[in-house]
Amino acid sequence: MKYIIAIIQPTRLEAVKEALSHIEVFRLTVSDAEGVGRQKGHTEIYRGHEYKISFIRKTKLEIAVNDQFLEPTIEAITTAARTGKEGQIGDGKIFVLPLEDVLRIRTRERGSEAI
Amino acid sequence: MVKKAFIAMVVGIVLAFVAYSVGQSTVPAPTPDSAKSILASPAPAAAAPAPAPAAAPVAKLDSGDTAWMIVATAMVMLMTLPGLALFYGGIAKRKDTLNVIAMSFVTFCIVSVLWVIYGYSIAFGADVHGIIGNLQKFMMNSIKVDTLSSYQNTIPELIFVVFQLTFAAITVALASGAYIERMKFSSWIVFSVLWMTFVYCPVAHWVWGNGFLAKMGALDFAGGTVVHINAGIAALIGALVLGKRHEPGLIPNNLTATVTGAGLLWFGWFGFNAGSALTAGGLASAAFINTNTATAMAAIAWMITEWFFNKKPTVLGLASGAVAGLVAITPAAGFVNVGGALIIGIVVGFSCYCMVAFVKTKLGYDDTLDAFGIHGIGGIIGALLTGFLADPAINAAGKGLFYGNPGQVKIQLIAIGTTVGYDAVVTFIIFMVIKAVMGLRVTPEQEMIGLDQSSHGERALS
Repeated sequence: MKYIIAIIQPTRLEAVKEALSHIEVFRLTVSDAEGVGRQKGHTEIYRGHEYKISFIRKTKLEIAVNDQFLEPTIEAITTAARTGKEGQIGDGKIFVLPLEDVLRIRTRERGSEAI
Repeated sequence: MVKKAFIAMVVGIVLAFVAYSVGQSTVPAPTPDSAKSILASPAPAAAAPAPAPAAAPVAKLDSGDTAWMIVATAMVMLMTLPGLALFYGGIAKRKDTLNVIAMSFVTFCIVSVLWVIYGYSIAFGADVHGIIGNLQKFMMNSIKVDTLSSYQNTIPELIFVVFQLTFAAITVALASGAYIERMKFSSWIVFSVLWMTFVYCPVAHWVWGNGFLAKMGALDFAGGTVVHINAGIAALIGALVLGKRHEPGLIPNNLTATVTGAGLLWFGWFGFNAGSALTAGGLASAAFINTNTATAMAAIAWMITEWFFNKKPTVLGLASGAVAGLVAITPAAGFVNVGGALIIGIVVGFSCYCMVAFVKTKLGYDDTLDAFGIHGIGGIIGALLTGFLADPAINAAGKGLFYGNPGQVKIQLIAIGTTVGYDAVVTFIIFMVIKAVMGLRVTPEQEMIGLDQSSHGERALS
C-alpha cells in the first residue's frame, strides 16, 4: 500500500478529479495549501507599503492506494495537473510514501480491504 | 522628472480652483470685519446658499431643528459603532481584529457614562476663566426635559448633550488606531477615562464651550481641532511611548469590513458635519454638500496619487482617501463653498497619502492604522485651509484670507498650536502614569499569539 501526496495548481483540481475517477480512484482528501518552489511569490501593497508574499496558493491531494493502483494514479494526476500541454513551473509535485496500515473506522477492516 | 511634473499638475489644479472660487465670491476691500463694505457684492459662490441671520433666533423649540439633531446624533453614534470599529478592525491583523473592535466599543460605553455624569458639564458648562466649565450640570443637574440649549436655543439641551457625547466618544476611539496589537485592554480603559477628562473636555471647552480659543475667533465647524488633531496627536505620542510592535507592518485581514466601516463613517459624517449646524436649514445643507464633495475629491486624489506612485489603485486607498477628506472638511464644512471643498479634498488626498506612504517610514514611528497620518495631519490641513477658504457668503461668522481677512490664518495657527502642544504634553503624562502604575503593553508572547486570544479568549471568525 502506498500513500500519495500531490501538490497541484488549484485550477487543475477538477481535471485531476475527473482523471482519477476514470481509473476508479474515488476516495481522496483535498486541502488548501501554500507553498513555494521555483515560482516567485507576489507583492501586495497597503497604503503605499509593499509586502512580498512568498507563498502561493496550491491544492494538496492525499490518496491511499493499493500497489496495483500506484502507477495509474501517478499517470492520471501527472497528465491532468499540467497547465497546458507542456506544463509550467508551478504545476506541482507528487510524493509517494510507504503506507504501513489502514483501518476503516466503521467496520474495523484493516489493510488493503480498508483502502 | 515625471514626479515633479505630477506635483506641478496637482498644484496647478489647486491654484486654478482657488482662483475660480475666490473670483466667484465676494471680494471686499481689506476693511475690518465689522465695517460695511461699500463695494457691490456679486452673487455668492456657486451652489451654496447664504444664510446670514441678523439677530439670534427666538428661544423657542423648533421641531425641525430638534428632529434633525436627534437623527444627526444617532448618525454620529453609528460612526463609532460599528463604523470605526469595522474600519479599524478590517485593517488590523487577523489575530487582533476583535481587540481592535473592543477598543472602540468599550470606549463608546465609557464616554457615554462619564459624559452625562461630569464630562458635558466641564466641557460645555458655565465658563471658568476661559479654561474649563464648572460642575453645575453634574448628572444633568439643572437641565430639565424642556430646557433649551444655550448653544442653540431651538433644540432641547438634552439632545445637545448626547450630540456632543458622540463626538467625545469617537475622538477617544480614533486614537486607538495607533495603539493596536500591543496595548493592554485594561490600560486602554484607564487611558480612555483619563484622556477624555483631561484632554478632550478642556479642548472642547476652549474651542466650542465659550473658552478662550472661541473668544479669539478660531474657526472649527465640526471638530477639526477638537476631534481630529486631538486624536491624531494623542495617537502619535502614545505610539512613541508604547513603542513598535514586534511584528510591524500593515496586513489587512478583511478589507470588506474596512470598506463597510468607511461607508458607515461617510454616512454618519453627514450627521457629524451637517449636524454641527445645530439647525435644519441652509447652513446644514451647505455643510452636507461640502462634506460629500471634499470626501469624494479626496478619495479620487488619493487614488490618483497612489496609482501614480504604485502603478495600481487600491480599495484601501479609496477608503483611506475618503476618510482623509472627511477629516479635513470637518473644521471647514460650514464655512467654505464648493470650490473650497474641492481644494481641501485635493490637498488632503495627496498629502495624507504621502504622509502614510513615505513620511511615516522615514520617521520610523509605529502608528499602526495611521491615526496621526490621517486624522492628525488631515485635521491640521483642514483647520489651516479653513483660515484661507472661509467664505462669509456661506457663513457670516467665518472669513478667511482669500476673502479679505488675513488674520484668520494666524488665529487658526494659534488654535492648532495650542491644541497640539497641550495634547502632546498631557497625553505623554497620562501614558507615563499608566506605564508606571500598571504597564502599557502585553507581553511579547501575548503579542505574538494575538490579542484576541490573549486579552479576550475569543476568535473573530471560527
